[in-house]
Amino acid sequence: MPAIEAVELEREFKGGVKAVDGVDLAIDAGEVYGFLGPNGAGKTTTVRMLVTLLRPTGGSARVAGYDVASQPDAVRRRIGVALQEAALDPLMTGTELIELQAKLHGIPPEKVKRRGEELIERVGLVEARDRRVGTYSGGMRRRLDLAMALIHEPGVLFLDEPTTGLDPVSRMTLWDEVRRLKNEGTTVFLTTQYLEEADQLADRVGIISDGRLVAEGTPAVLKGQVGRPHLEIALADGGDRERAVEVLASFGAPRPPAEGFELAVTVAEGATEIAGIVRALDDAHMTVASLELVEPTLDDVFVEKTGRHLEGAGETDDAGGEPAGSP
Amino acid sequence: MWALAGRALRNASRRPQFFVPMLVFPSLLLAANTGGFNRTTALPGFPKVHGFLDYQLAAAITQSLLLGGVSVGIAVALEIENGFFDRLIASPIPRTSIVFGRLAATFCIALVQVLFFLVLGLIFGAEVQGGIGGALLVLLIGAIAGTGFGGIGMSLALRARNASLVQGIFPFAFVILFLSSAFFPMDLLRAPADWVAAYNPLSYIADGLRNPIIAPIDAGAVLEGLAAALGVTAAMTALSVYFLRGRLREP
Repeated sequence: MPAIEAVELEREFKGGVKAVDGVDLAIDAGEVYGFLGPNGAGKTTTVRMLVTLLRPTGGSARVAGYDVASQPDAVRRRIGVALQEAALDPLMTGTELIELQAKLHGIPPEKVKRRGEELIERVGLVEARDRRVGTYSGGMRRRLDLAMALIHEPGVLFLDEPTTGLDPVSRMTLWDEVRRLKNEGTTVFLTTQYLEEADQLADRVGIISDGRLVAEGTPAVLKGQVGRPHLEIALADGGDRERAVEVLASFGAPRPPAEGFELAVTVAEGATEIAGIVRALDDAHMTVASLELVEPTLDDVFVEKTGRHLEGAGETDDAGGEPAGSP
Repeated sequence: MWALAGRALRNASRRPQFFVPMLVFPSLLLAANTGGFNRTTALPGFPKVHGFLDYQLAAAITQSLLLGGVSVGIAVALEIENGFFDRLIASPIPRTSIVFGRLAATFCIALVQVLFFLVLGLIFGAEVQGGIGGALLVLLIGAIAGTGFGGIGMSLALRARNASLVQGIFPFAFVILFLSSAFFPMDLLRAPADWVAAYNPLSYIADGLRNPIIAPIDAGAVLEGLAAALGVTAAMTALSVYFLRGRLREP
């Protein structure tokens, strides 16, 4: 049984605007599912329906085995939710908020303190625990939000754009926590507009645009659908380009090089072919000045499926993405 | 529910900018009215009272409780704006607990407000003619009415979802207060104010609060005050629950 399941899920607002228009989901237990899309695509509306904050106007959805419309309390008991913008009460301290959340989830009083302390330690807020949340940085608020979502050890965790607006270090810390949750067997539904985030964390990615799921699969499969990786090569002193093309022909199909490079060749096996190519050029007495392995990105997938770029695609490097290799 | 009530009480103590005006502004108006209008007690139709301060205490209490309602409305609207309210809704607690938790805290704060004005009045020479029993009745009616006014603020917040809008709408409550018998006896009001006052629940709440202060307890006035306070509280609690459930259906 999927941990999260949606069939033709719809949400229509006043004026006939369909924010979510027939979304189907089937997410297995223990899976990290990246829900990717630009602002206004329908990500948050979908999450709000799945966490019972909004009733669907069409279709159905089940979370942790329970229907979100007819069994919302059963769903709420089994899910953890960290919504956009880390909605916390600035007048309360970290400890007070965690303990309040524990009480709201019916955790016995004798366990509240211990569980709260464990989570505060886990998210690295021990020193700030008794400070009012209004004094916390954005990263600290997100970590506290995550701790609150985990207080009742939910089987399914919804993270709605958990790293939006965070600095790279805070973003990495949250990524590590998501990986840890996955290792512990928690199902994570992660909405994001950052390609790198979905690529790094998600077992599978769903791309939503204008309320519709336009693509779904593992990041590798999705990227494979829009093309293979290729290698851009620049030769020292210009080199003998025609001779180099002949050498590279045995590795893959040539393609037009990008600006600053003399050659480009498709490499079906990706980075594992780089050493062979450099060695072959060296044997032919040509020196490689620089090269760059260009992988298809999820933005390429998004462009392929929707005809436009995803917002935030240019922020992948800020998100900690590593540039493609160069010697 | 009690966890949410405790949180609301704690936050009220941490937000003096909300709590202090509830006590300061009615105190200033009480001082101004007592100094400026004390000779109205000599007007024909004005009930026999120990002093004008005694008569005006009920008005100050009602005004303070209405300001308490504004605070509740703004606090709830701010929680909706910053998303904390969604956290409560996403928790496995009955929807009614969210409303009742906030109103339970409002009841406690209202008790403090009423007690403050009773003590203030006693310090400046007022007397509670109904004795300790009368003072307890004033506390009871005041706390229930304060809860009802909190319900008005909460309903507005759940409907408007915007703190500025709540703050903008609530002054109308003070217009309604002036069109009641809170400040002057109904017999001294001229048409159409007297007609509005006759149907205004604030008149009965203010008279119910006032009776045990200015005279030996009159069961009729007290029961009318209690009924009006309970009526406002029941109606506004129901409206809050209705609007809260409506939030799930709307964007």
